Amino acid sequence: MGEKLEVKELDQVAVRFSGDSGDGMQLAGNIFSTISATVGNSISTFPDYPADIRAPQGSLTGVSGFQVHIGANEVFTPGDKCDVLVAMNAAALKTQYKYAKADAAIIIDTDAFQQKDLEKAAFQTDDPIAEMGIDPDRVIACPITQMVKDCLADSGMDLKSILKCRNMFALGLVCWLFSRDLDVAFNFLREKFAKKPGVAEANIKVIQAGYDYGHNTHSSVNNVYRVETKTKVPGRYMDITGNKATAYGLIAAAEKAGLRLYLGSYPITPATDILHELSKHKSLGVTTVQCEDEIAGCSSAVGASFAGALAATSTSGPGICLKSEAMNLAVILELPLVVLDVQRGGPATGLPTKSEQTDLLQVLFGRNGESPMPVLAAISPTDCFDTAYMASKIALEHMTPVVVLTDAFVANGSAAFRLPDLNAYPDIKPPYVTPDMQGTWTPYQRNPETGVRYWAVPGTEGFQHILGGLEKDNKTGAISTNPENHDLMTHLRQEKINKIQVPDVEVLGDKDDAELLIVGFGGTYGHLHAAMDEMRAAGKKVALAHFKYINPLPKNTSEVLKKYPKVVVAEQNLGQFAAYLRMKVDGFVPYQFNQVKGQPFVVEELVNAFINLVKS
Amino acid sequence: MSTFTAKDFKKGQPRWCPGCGDHSFLAALHKAMAEIGVPPYQTAVISGIGCSSRLPHYMNTYGMNTIHGRAAAIATGCKVVNPDLTVWQVSGDGDGLAIGGNHFIHANRRNVNLKMILLNNRIYGLTKGQYSPTSPRGFVSKSSPYGTVEDPFRPAELCFGARGHFFARAVATDLQGTVDILKAAYNHKGAAVCEIMQNCVIFNNGAHEAIYTNEGRKKNAIYLRDGEPMVFGENNEYGLMQEGFGIKVVKIGENGVTIDDILVHDSHCEDNTLHLKLAMMEGPDFPVALGVIRDVDAPTYDDAVNAQIAEIKAKKPYHNFAELLETNDIWEVK
Repeated sequence: MGEKLEVKELDQVAVRFSGDSGDGMQLAGNIFSTISATVGNSISTFPDYPADIRAPQGSLTGVSGFQVHIGANEVFTPGDKCDVLVAMNAAALKTQYKYAKADAAIIIDTDAFQQKDLEKAAFQTDDPIAEMGIDPDRVIACPITQMVKDCLADSGMDLKSILKCRNMFALGLVCWLFSRDLDVAFNFLREKFAKKPGVAEANIKVIQAGYDYGHNTHSSVNNVYRVETKTKVPGRYMDITGNKATAYGLIAAAEKAGLRLYLGSYPITPATDILHELSKHKSLGVTTVQCEDEIAGCSSAVGASFAGALAATSTSGPGICLKSEAMNLAVILELPLVVLDVQRGGPATGLPTKSEQTDLLQVLFGRNGESPMPVLAAISPTDCFDTAYMASKIALEHMTPVVVLTDAFVANGSAAFRLPDLNAYPDIKPPYVTPDMQGTWTPYQRNPETGVRYWAVPGTEGFQHILGGLEKDNKTGAISTNPENHDLMTHLRQEKINKIQVPDVEVLGDKDDAELLIVGFGGTYGHLHAAMDEMRAAGKKVALAHFKYINPLPKNTSEVLKKYPKVVVAEQNLGQFAAYLRMKVDGFVPYQFNQVKGQPFVVEELVNAFINLVKS
Repeated sequence: MSTFTAKDFKKGQPRWCPGCGDHSFLAALHKAMAEIGVPPYQTAVISGIGCSSRLPHYMNTYGMNTIHGRAAAIATGCKVVNPDLTVWQVSGDGDGLAIGGNHFIHANRRNVNLKMILLNNRIYGLTKGQYSPTSPRGFVSKSSPYGTVEDPFRPAELCFGARGHFFARAVATDLQGTVDILKAAYNHKGAAVCEIMQNCVIFNNGAHEAIYTNEGRKKNAIYLRDGEPMVFGENNEYGLMQEGFGIKVVKIGENGVTIDDILVHDSHCEDNTLHLKLAMMEGPDFPVALGVIRDVDAPTYDDAVNAQIAEIKAKKPYHNFAELLETNDIWEVK
């Protein structure tokens, strides 16, 4: 038991809140990350929730976790393992302890470690701490439930409502551990429960009680943590998840292009929050239609695009299977369309709430015919904004469907988002027909430079035309089965995509003399970056080339991949990006690191694997 | 008065087989659009795949000949974001009721303001002669050489089951009858299903034989007109009367039946019970109902979507991206 209180200065700390799905762990985690971000810490969060609708209370399958990583400098991942684990019941301790560092502080609610709780969590003995081999000195054992009941005894609230505040006690305790200012939490709650001030005040009282408990008891651990802020980019910030950033990117692009935003969608985990977010913003003219199925989601977006909107459809891998036909229609119609694929574990229903990068080849090649389609992959929660914006720009300016790949990790994770200034973003100018074209214009007439056809929006007088899924004559736009014409049109559609200008891929780290180049794409950026940093800190020469533009690939791809003695492509699939790069870059033979666990990479595992490559 | 003629809506040379019912329907559509008077550039015709789905290529309007079954979904997106367009959706019985059945019912349920044409020849023509979801039980085709062992959809039943508010029927060869229902469909605000009984000369010749000629229709069909008694026959000697929960055919003047006993058509009646009875009538015991069977006002989806946007715009204080950002919890790092 700690009598001497030691303040431990750390560069970064990860806290994992875990409990029953209904215990409000995500809210506690969100508030903690917001408080930390407010003082300028870098933040990265990761919710890990079960696929079960609502598993029995206290059961092992019903545990949900929310990990918050805060750093004095930039943090790129939610952290492999946590420094503080909050376990609101026995099942949470049982399932989540594996995510805790060996010297982590463990906060438990002893009231939820009674006999029946231990049984539900399949503990064999009545001492779960010993049974799991945890050093009791690292455990803050607190009767949270009882203290919350006492704290709110005079509140007039019913027991069920009182128990809902348990998460705030844990939060208060964590805030004490990190010397956090509670005012931000209070404001957050007053805003969240603006319509229920009684609930807000009860929560606030409980947070304070948790904080005071920590203060008064010095909470039985040897240290409190301090994470100071070292690198700051001044500006105004908000907390944002990847899915929300994706939605914001579309809104921003539509505004920049002067178009109405349409989303045709069908609920699917983990993409549904995009539909939720966009459905809120009708005051910006955003139109969302929750369709009868995935097919209609994409089809209706094609219709909306034909009619002159910035049209998008949001889904996950299983939905892409169903949307493929309508995506292909957009290819031959040469209409703009943004397809958002928040990847999850597959095949089939797979792991709905977990993360993978297994849709890459599907979105690149999973359609009949020669069907070239630009693909972009967002690299972090905040990058979803830029990616959705740039995908919209490419779709509208090049008259093509574009796929945005994110994944459950990036989509549900959050980070501090510096408020973007839309004026600083590039213009979006769709290639509309102009009045002087009237009379001579045909639907597949192209801009000779870009190979892009012109957009005649229905309602424009004098430009009536028929598009369709059948091959068209390049000159007249009429249906054509002419072999030479089909060959020509196939090439023209491909060349149009090839001509899209994308930024070069940047090489980070030891770009001049790396022994090993790490290559990745999309949502693994944070983990690969952290792995590179660790290796460099250990004296290794390592660089990272992380791809965001997948199709077309950046012009310098071949040069970068061939520059280093060893290259490893690390991805959360069985080697799809590596295979694609081998196809695109002659003679490219990379090492591969592949993991398909549905969980984010673990930096330590990456480092171990990569160090082996450099040794050999 | 419309300033357009049928010619203003015509384009190209149709490639359907000589004698195909699609030719006569196309002529009726051109004529109806001219009489309706919406300019070609404010008209969009969206089809799926199939013989009849070639139709947009013969229209001087905006249009899309899309993918199999999806026309109603595509047309929905089109109409919602561009409500000034008049959107016609054209499908055959396979396109609309088999592969596209889900979109058909949901467009009706939502009541999207689409003019939904269902060209029903009870056969797959483009794939050369397989039974369709409207082929009668026992129908012999290339894919059912021993006869089908399944019952067909009856489009009206499906439409009403999806709470459809407009259903009309015409025979493709009946120019005026077709023009009449197309104009009524246009005038109805909401999803308007027009079933066009159409012959396939190659793979299902005689599909609607009993009603395909003027003479046949006199005997075997009944034209329903609002406010008028439901009479039919060469000399209007027959009529429809209510009997229990059903309807029966009676001869006027026999068994004491007078014209006053005959049901009077009311397409605007909210309750669809009688509309369904009428739409379900089949030969030889009953005449086939033609004309506008049901036409009831209801809020349309596209109007409601856009009205809600207008309402929320007036209510919420943020109207652009910069203002949207400000609705979040923001902190400043100095």
